[in-house]
Amino acid sequence: MSYQRRVAPVADELVLAPQPIYRVEGVTQRYHKRVVLHIPALEVQRGEILALVGPSGAGKSTLLRLLNFLEAPTTGYIHFQGYSVNGNGPVPLALRRQVTTVFQRPVLLSTTVLNNVAYGLQLRGTAHARRIAAATLEQVGLAHLMDKPARTLSGGEMQRVALARAMVIEPEVLLLDEPTANLDPANVQLIEQAITEIHRQRATTMVLVTHNIFQARRLAQRIALLMEGHIVEIADTQTFFEAPQDVRTALFTRGEMVY
Amino acid sequence: MEDLFNGLWQALALILGGDSETWQITLLSLQVSGVALAFSTLIGIPLGALLGLRSFPGRRLVIALIYTGMGFPPVVIGLLVYLLLSRAGPLGFLGWLFTPSAMILAQTIISFPLVAGFTMAAVMSVDPALRTQVKALGANTMQTTFTILWEARTGVIISVIAGFGGIISEVGAVMLVGGNIQGSTRVLTTAIVLETRKGQFDLALALAFILLAIMFAINLLMLRLQGKLDR
Repeated sequence: MSYQRRVAPVADELVLAPQPIYRVEGVTQRYHKRVVLHIPALEVQRGEILALVGPSGAGKSTLLRLLNFLEAPTTGYIHFQGYSVNGNGPVPLALRRQVTTVFQRPVLLSTTVLNNVAYGLQLRGTAHARRIAAATLEQVGLAHLMDKPARTLSGGEMQRVALARAMVIEPEVLLLDEPTANLDPANVQLIEQAITEIHRQRATTMVLVTHNIFQARRLAQRIALLMEGHIVEIADTQTFFEAPQDVRTALFTRGEMVY
Repeated sequence: MEDLFNGLWQALALILGGDSETWQITLLSLQVSGVALAFSTLIGIPLGALLGLRSFPGRRLVIALIYTGMGFPPVVIGLLVYLLLSRAGPLGFLGWLFTPSAMILAQTIISFPLVAGFTMAAVMSVDPALRTQVKALGANTMQTTFTILWEARTGVIISVIAGFGGIISEVGAVMLVGGNIQGSTRVLTTAIVLETRKGQFDLALALAFILLAIMFAINLLMLRLQGKLDR
């Protein structure tokens, strides 16, 4: 992937419209010649929670990997924080470090919970990483797990640690890939509360992939429906549910879509 | 049976009694195999990590060569190193033949494929999702590699143990390139061969016990290290 500094935006543009944090432009992603994602245009606004819903294989997770710069688009650009990223050459580390992902299955390092939460800070050479990590665990009510080997936790605890590990690095963007898919209702609620709390405190931009339409309604300001690699409809949450433009959105929100 | 007890008894007597030749042979064994293991680890762990984590043209060929190296008869490596270092050989000018340097070279060649091969297997067995997660948390390539080696630490330690086991107990190569010269290139294994040939079974057994004790001690040490790292 390569990047170039863009010219500063014209001042009155800043006043008239909020600057999106991401602008996806003509992005196509192919795996072995099969197009899995095609997005002509998509903007993610700074500070919003955008939910991506849709059936399995719609390209939701692929889009998240692109937004985290874990892979490069086959064609097109992802404009982020004044840089344009495409498929030629590596993304600068400093850019990649402004974004992180919490995945559906939390993968923790085989060390203590505290070390897991300190990890992202240590990668960045932050001073007092473990002290900051301990304070964060305190904040999210996980201090009692601090010295436990991370791999001995329950699924719900692991996901909460994964979320703490992501928020401690204070990312500009937090990507959430089905963060509650494997959890029981009590833990779903805990994770959702934590997400809401992070958003309230830091106004972190979030993109949430979920197949749970109700979770999207609870958490997101805007929702996009993806099907077969295309965005069918994107709208603010209320419009998405109450006045969808596309018949497929209506079917999807009513739970009547067969896929 | 009596031979065994005599051997054990004599081993203790030789070591505790401070028999200078026994000590010298033991220390040379440790020195040669220790230095060779250090080189093998320096080459083998990065090579194993590279093969386990990266794809590049020729990777399969390198892996096939490493696997072959893991099972290569040490005596054949001894022969090749001998030819390499003999006066007419390409490295003859070094004058290493029949010196500990030649033995270190041969043992390094024997053990680095073991370290590389086992490290590669260990690294490849780490959950691929962990690599993605680590990158998503902001790790650069080097940090990702170190994290994965850390996750694979049990296997990496085993690779080092295997590397050491492959050379401290090896006799063919050191015999060929070292020459089993008393006071200069005689190590435990070559001394055992010599004493057995001479019919000095007590002494041969004593040396064998020392060799076993070294291997046992090294394994204990590594297990302790592993236990420490797992905490």
